[in-house]
Amino acid sequence: MEKEGCSCNRSFVPPEDLSPLEDIVERYRGERGALISVFHEIQQTYGYLDEGIMGELAKKLGYQLSHLYGLATFYTQFRLKPIGKHLIRICHGTACHVRNVREVTEEAKRFLNIVPGETTEDMYFTLETVNCLGTCAIAPVLVVDGVYHGHMTPSKMKKLLEKMVKEGGREANGQD
Amino acid sequence: MARIETPADLEQYRLQLREKFGKYQYAVSVCGGTGCRAYDCINVFETLREIIDKKDMSHTVNLRLTGCQGFCEMGPLMFIHKNGIFYVRISPEAVERIVESSILGDEVVEELLYKSPADGRRIVHQQEIPFYNKQRRFLLAMNRDIDPLNIDDYIAKGGYGSLAWALFESSSEEIIDIIERAGLRGRGGAGFPTGRKWRIARQAPSPDGIKYVICNADEGDPGAYMDRSLLEGNPHQVIEGMTIGAYAIGASEGYVYVRHEYPLAVHHLLEALDQAREKGLLGKNILGSGLDFDIKVSVGGGAFVCGEETGLIASIEGKRGMPRPRPPYPANYGLWGRPTNINNVETWQNVPLILQMGADEYAKIGTEKSKGTKIFSLVGKINNTGLVEVPMGITLREIVYEIGGGIPRGKAFKAVQTGGPSGGCIPAHLLDIPVDFERLQEVGSMMGSGGMIVMDENTCMVDIARYFMEFLTHESCGKCVPCRLGTKRMLEILTKICDGQGTNENLEALESLAADIKASSLCALGGTSPNPVLTTLRYFRDEYEEHIVNKRCPAGICQALITLRIDPDTCTGCGACLKICPVEAISGEKKQPHSIDPEVCIRCKLCISRCPKEAIYTE
Repeated sequence: MEKEGCSCNRSFVPPEDLSPLEDIVERYRGERGALISVFHEIQQTYGYLDEGIMGELAKKLGYQLSHLYGLATFYTQFRLKPIGKHLIRICHGTACHVRNVREVTEEAKRFLNIVPGETTEDMYFTLETVNCLGTCAIAPVLVVDGVYHGHMTPSKMKKLLEKMVKEGGREANGQD
Repeated sequence: MARIETPADLEQYRLQLREKFGKYQYAVSVCGGTGCRAYDCINVFETLREIIDKKDMSHTVNLRLTGCQGFCEMGPLMFIHKNGIFYVRISPEAVERIVESSILGDEVVEELLYKSPADGRRIVHQQEIPFYNKQRRFLLAMNRDIDPLNIDDYIAKGGYGSLAWALFESSSEEIIDIIERAGLRGRGGAGFPTGRKWRIARQAPSPDGIKYVICNADEGDPGAYMDRSLLEGNPHQVIEGMTIGAYAIGASEGYVYVRHEYPLAVHHLLEALDQAREKGLLGKNILGSGLDFDIKVSVGGGAFVCGEETGLIASIEGKRGMPRPRPPYPANYGLWGRPTNINNVETWQNVPLILQMGADEYAKIGTEKSKGTKIFSLVGKINNTGLVEVPMGITLREIVYEIGGGIPRGKAFKAVQTGGPSGGCIPAHLLDIPVDFERLQEVGSMMGSGGMIVMDENTCMVDIARYFMEFLTHESCGKCVPCRLGTKRMLEILTKICDGQGTNENLEALESLAADIKASSLCALGGTSPNPVLTTLRYFRDEYEEHIVNKRCPAGICQALITLRIDPDTCTGCGACLKICPVEAISGEKKQPHSIDPEVCIRCKLCISRCPKEAIYTE
């Protein structure tokens, strides 16, 4: 079953390798309404819903690719592009909003030089905003690789990113 | 013990468990809710376990990592059962002292107690803390006392007793009568009478006899997380409630539709389902009664509209979660075309409680038309954030000031937002209204699933309206025009106002759009979408007018309408702001007061957060 969209310490299967896809399809064969669960499992395995994989899936299940695309894009959880090594998801729920989460997001954008929905060029960080993580009491809150961080401020955001860069051995890319 | 075959077996097993648990000298609960996990409660718990093991005391201390205990602001939390000592903000380093003083001994570690912000007094017992003592925790209390991953804890506390009673001492009709007499209304937002819903589903014919019950755990309202905490902390009570509902309605299959954002809830629920099956409390021939009922878990894909029941059903069916017109209602034509009853997590949890208390006792709690308790997530600009369970009819003032401890840093209260994107903002002069389904609707808001977001003088109400409208345009499924395009037009107008380009006609346009969207949207998401705008227009019109006429944002939030300035008397010239400014709008010699060029400044406020002297302010 799915865990929080975590990409830490986990290597995804390259989309050329179709054997996990076959396993997934077999496991859900005959189960009604399982398509969304199948998507979750594919994303868990490959990191995202790769176009080639979706094409294979459509063939195996007898769907039009457009049907799968329509379904995948309806739900915000599914990604059509690979994500970076670290996934940062900033909550933009109401409690976070009134506690000025925007400034935290601004800091992340500034530091990473990307906007939410994007991945850094070196595939190190992916930045996302989410509707509500349901951890409102410790707003503003964000999840980095499945770990929750509460009462965030722009400076805490900066320190966290700096630490991740340092500990992960990411090449310096000219940002402070 | 393996399968429990009869109610008598269940009672006997319960006695055995109580005897077994009674042998422990001590019991300690560490909160393992998601809020506390963000503060490393797992490390606290592991440290505690290591110390207990090292002292060879694992047979005398019953350690539990529990679900959310509510006071998330103060996490990690620990409760010691024998003496009722309650510790807050515990670090792993403090655990050894707690074991020596308060678990093995009866001494209190002063500095780990909750400190009242009002008078600095340290409070030893949970019940004496103002946050807790006004609450009536009929549902949430269990979270503190059970390990959600251990069915034995739930059974020892009387769990599945209501189910046994329902199956063997009562008829389906009687169960529905009890739920009706108790006055239970849906906790998902709209407050439809649960008993009546069940009766319709019970009476609805099914082409092949198959009926479904569904638990709606797609808690999409931003700012609400009670369903998450109930599922994480006490999944068996949801399972028990659903099984009772299935018996009453005549359903053989159930689904729990959970948000993808709640991995811990999914994990606990799956584990609980396995344990219930193993014990014969779920699956074939439950407790030997002949009832067959099982539950599957369906994980959502992150779409707010799937909280709407027909959208949710479409999503379980593996389709895009788009609502369809009602009637037919799901009670007649639901999942895969069969009669289906949908209730939310908190509603299901109330069911075993009602059977246990009796309808009459339950109906004594609350107001004339709203019975029982309601759990709210009290969050935003408030001192004591967390989950609170209060009797219906309590006033907003009691919740905000007595339980919530008021507004931080002495700021002025401005509004409390309930009902999520379908609800509204309630202003200070209405703080004394009793909280129930009717009153909240009368003032233009609604109960919703229970988010209660407190706003202070630094919250801009136009920005809040814009925030919700932005949320709704993203989440509109696109099926009907009023919602798809209407919310977009409203967002455009609100954005204009926030950007200082509003005109007086804008407010009328907003009102007229709101009326049309309300009248003609397909589902409740669209139909209630204007509420945040309408309530802010109703109670905070002056703030809109300030934005439009004087091009001012009184709360200092709307970027286009504020100017950032540095107070030269406070600024020490440390250069921190100068370094962080992304557009080089700040200048000044080292150790001399700096200044901001308003022409260049993009008002991102990063400098405010960085200034160690709080010398930067908005105007």
